[in-house]
Amino acid sequence: MTTHPDPAVRETPGTFPAAPAEPRTAAVVPQAGPVDAGRVAALAPADDWAPGVDTVPRASGTPEELQPYAELGLRDDEYDRIRHILGRRPTQAELAMYSIMWSEHCSYKSSKVHLRQFGEKAPPSDRLLAGIGENAGVVRVSDELAVTFKVESHNHPSFVEPYQGAATGVGGIVRDILAMGARPIAVMDPLRFGAADHPDTARVLTGVVAGVGGYGNCLGLPNIGGELVFDPSYQGNPLLNALCLGVLPVHRLQNKAAAGPGNIVVLMGAKTGRDGIGGVSVLASATFDETSEQRRPAVQVGDPFTEKLLIEACLELYDAELVVGIQDLGGAGLTCALTETAAAAGTGMRVWLERVPLREPSMEPHEILASESQERMLLVVAPEKLESVLKTAEKWGVLATAIGEVTAPAPDGQPGRLLITWRDQLVVDVPPGSLVDDGPVYARPMREPADLILLQADRAETLPRPNTPEALRETLLRMIASPNLADKTWVTEQYDRYVLGNTVLAQPEDSGVIRIDERTGLGVALSVDGNGRYARLDPYHGTKLALAEAYRNVAVTGAKPIAVTNCLNFGSPEDPAVMWQFAEAVRGLADGCLELGIPVTGGNVSFYNQTGAAAIHPTPVVGVLGVLDNVADRVPMGFVPRPGGDHDQLFLLGETHVELSGSEWAWVTHEHLGGIPPQVDLARERQLAELLAEAARVGHVSSAHDLSDGGLAQSLVESCLRRGVGARIAVPEHFTGGSMPFVYLFSESAGRVLVSVQRGHEKAFTALCAERGVPWELIGVTDPAGGALEVHGQFRIGLDELRAAHSATLPRLFGGAEAAQVAVEATRTGTATAPQSGATDEATPVSVGATSVTPDQPAEATEAPVEGPADAPTADGSDATGPAPTGRDGSTAASSGDSDQPAAPDQR
Amino acid sequence: MTARVGVVTFPGSLDDGDAARAVRIAGGEPVRLWHGDPRLHGVDAVVLPGGFSYGDYLRCGAIARFAPVMETIVDAARGGLPVLGICNGFQILCEAHLLPGALTRNQHLHFRNRDQVLRVESAGTAWTNAFQPGQEILIPVKNGEGCYVADTATLDQLEAEGRVVARYLGGNPNGSQRDIAAITNSAGNVVGIMPHPEHAVEALTGPSLDGLGFFTSVLKHLVGAPA
Repeated sequence: MTTHPDPAVRETPGTFPAAPAEPRTAAVVPQAGPVDAGRVAALAPADDWAPGVDTVPRASGTPEELQPYAELGLRDDEYDRIRHILGRRPTQAELAMYSIMWSEHCSYKSSKVHLRQFGEKAPPSDRLLAGIGENAGVVRVSDELAVTFKVESHNHPSFVEPYQGAATGVGGIVRDILAMGARPIAVMDPLRFGAADHPDTARVLTGVVAGVGGYGNCLGLPNIGGELVFDPSYQGNPLLNALCLGVLPVHRLQNKAAAGPGNIVVLMGAKTGRDGIGGVSVLASATFDETSEQRRPAVQVGDPFTEKLLIEACLELYDAELVVGIQDLGGAGLTCALTETAAAAGTGMRVWLERVPLREPSMEPHEILASESQERMLLVVAPEKLESVLKTAEKWGVLATAIGEVTAPAPDGQPGRLLITWRDQLVVDVPPGSLVDDGPVYARPMREPADLILLQADRAETLPRPNTPEALRETLLRMIASPNLADKTWVTEQYDRYVLGNTVLAQPEDSGVIRIDERTGLGVALSVDGNGRYARLDPYHGTKLALAEAYRNVAVTGAKPIAVTNCLNFGSPEDPAVMWQFAEAVRGLADGCLELGIPVTGGNVSFYNQTGAAAIHPTPVVGVLGVLDNVADRVPMGFVPRPGGDHDQLFLLGETHVELSGSEWAWVTHEHLGGIPPQVDLARERQLAELLAEAARVGHVSSAHDLSDGGLAQSLVESCLRRGVGARIAVPEHFTGGSMPFVYLFSESAGRVLVSVQRGHEKAFTALCAERGVPWELIGVTDPAGGALEVHGQFRIGLDELRAAHSATLPRLFGGAEAAQVAVEATRTGTATAPQSGATDEATPVSVGATSVTPDQPAEATEAPVEGPADAPTADGSDATGPAPTGRDGSTAASSGDSDQPAAPDQR
Repeated sequence: MTARVGVVTFPGSLDDGDAARAVRIAGGEPVRLWHGDPRLHGVDAVVLPGGFSYGDYLRCGAIARFAPVMETIVDAARGGLPVLGICNGFQILCEAHLLPGALTRNQHLHFRNRDQVLRVESAGTAWTNAFQPGQEILIPVKNGEGCYVADTATLDQLEAEGRVVARYLGGNPNGSQRDIAAITNSAGNVVGIMPHPEHAVEALTGPSLDGLGFFTSVLKHLVGAPA
């Protein structure tokens, strides 16, 4: 954008307004007194502006100057509206602020009219301490403790620059949780990529996984679950959703309101650089095309170390009650934080922008305001507590700078104004609420996709099915090896699941379970689920199915589901078909939550997920949080080894129907997507959940595993392999003919759970099922000594063969050393705070230094304490930094050997 | 009297709370030590916990080594103070030259977190006397730069002097030379271990209780040690 002032009218900078000495470090306290907004405006000479800076007086004096609002994503009418609000044209800085705050990403302008349903249809809850509109929803889980959780997208950055996009996606959601007063305690990562065997998928996936791990591991947050889904619809637009969970004492709940005129506005954390400028408007609110490559500078760069220090500093500030209000800087950076905090309190704000610590001194005001540099928080602090705040920041080695102060609302009660100066020049003078609350709201046109009727008519139930034991056996082995159903260990072992020492269950379990009170055993269970294929076939029911699955995944652990978060990933809202899908999905989720009696506490909308005209499958990702009074009661998914040939009985809860449309089987074996997704009955899901909670509490069930993608066969295999315990089952009589055994094994009917019940508990358990109205079938027994999965009259497959098929897929696809090398380089890029161009090059020496004690590189070059030349051969003599063959076709020797991982040890 | 075991927090330490919990469960009194404070506050032993001290920038452990508390710890360790470095702590001990060799990026270049079988090779150290030599234990490993390397002479010396404390069994998770998971100094009071015993101290959250032995060992060692 270029709005150079006319050289003819340039003058030397004026003297207004008198700013105090520039405080650039944590130790300096500003001496500014309260600033009267009216006085500032009155003092501004109309013709006085600095060279190169578009000031408010200049904007008033040059109403006809052309401004690049269209390039910034603003429509004609939106620009007119800004002029109307301000009574003049916006300055360059103001234009940047409006363009990002009124972008789809920040303003929810297309989704707002639909999202209202979450509030309108919310079931009553006495647990909700903070809900939609806050940084994250907060739910009370005991008299003293509350938890907060939220899932957010970072889709486009993760395609442009996978490592940093994913890393900063994690960093962003963690700060949202932190801003509520909570200590972040776990993360999850629902991920979606294009076809598993597409060459670009290896680039994106390895980078994203390394980024999620690199950031989360370094932050000390256990990764307790997520999703890994492949589908061609995400080829040019992968989905990186990140969820964070936090815990706080109820009394420590923070809010973002910049209350109290005279209070100091403090920016804490990393310096501000040019990274991520326009991230929300350029990346998140536009469709990808061939120019996406050029957007790399709009991706932020993460520094988890700084974030870790920021977390510790903030928590110390909360505990010492040193902050009045706090807001994280995420999308839209300082602009969003300043306007939202002021608007929330109805106050005004006076900001000296040149006080913002910069990575690049040449940055201009609009860049500083739009920067999405990571690891920053905005604090509102009472003047007498500023010294303590700065001291705490200093203790943790975090930069903290007083950049402004809160000003009073107008005498007539109107909200205050946000005044921002840059080296004594007034560059912003706006009503904060106009950016936050008064953005455009659109009721976009909606139309059912033209192809939906035909798509729904093309049912998978009519596809040819395997109907011999041999075919069934082959189908099972093929299914469990397919990318969406295969063992995800190659990904999840790149994540720390142990740190903090409270992880009770983590992937591949149905839910992550975290202990939050060591004294009482109180804990929470969390699951995130979505199914884009179902939502494509029927967005209303597809969304309910996602909700039902996440709810059920929480319920199988024995937890009581209490709250919902969501991340709605859709195509362009300007496409009426997409808008219809979105509206249906929101309606489905709102209705579903009402039926289940659990509120939506927050969430995120991600539009423009498409490549050219092709939108992704509509992909609502739903997170459900449950509470466990004592995590010792939790029920894991794996069958339990029993000594002496003893075994548990296996029950299938729920009803199985011929429901194959949208199923994993239809996709894997026929590349088919059509028909109507499985029926969803939330009243039954609720009964099932209540049964499971009760059964867990009294100790009837030794394992419980949700049935979803891949049906019963998949659940059986996973429960067997978890702890290396076989099973023998028989297909019930009414499913024995023709291809019906196949249906029983692979149908994806909802509302079903596979449980194992220890001997002696069967009668009580089935009585409980009857009492709760949950259908059950006894389908077989576990077989700890057998070492195989046997389906009576059909097939018997050894656990070793199952494990080999299940666990080889991801290492084969992504385990090559070359793929890993890409990720490593990106890792090192993350350590550099240099500008993006050439960042990789600059970082390379660091990489060499950190990895160079290999046989080929003398140790002294690194000052590593290795005595003498490091001439000892390594295990295979490979040079980790050298080129390596691609792993697509198998070169996995150096990478994984995952298949020999011992069965998970007893966690009971 | 309960032994006081210090746990150092560097900027970027992550498993400090877990190490303190493990000390407590083992029956000791955890004492939190701060990187910027050179005083050891009368502790009887010190744990350098896992994490990413100083973001692992420059090189793992390279900056932490210069923390004020480390100067005191290095001196005290040379005087016999039991010191256990876990993961990042192991890296710091190598950087501080309390232990030989170095920890480099995993050969497969990925961070890897899995439950790992180890064989305790030496039960003669301050931190492993509760184990039997040859005992197999299961504790989590999780690191990106856990590949132990040293020159052949050093490795041979470690082997000859019985200073390889533990080895990976059933698959080497990071390419460490001679499958080394843990080593000790010649006095046996300083131990560096790459896997995380502090994550295997509770049935509810760990793969086993095998990690507890490291912490009970030092308590036993301190009881037997001359005052």
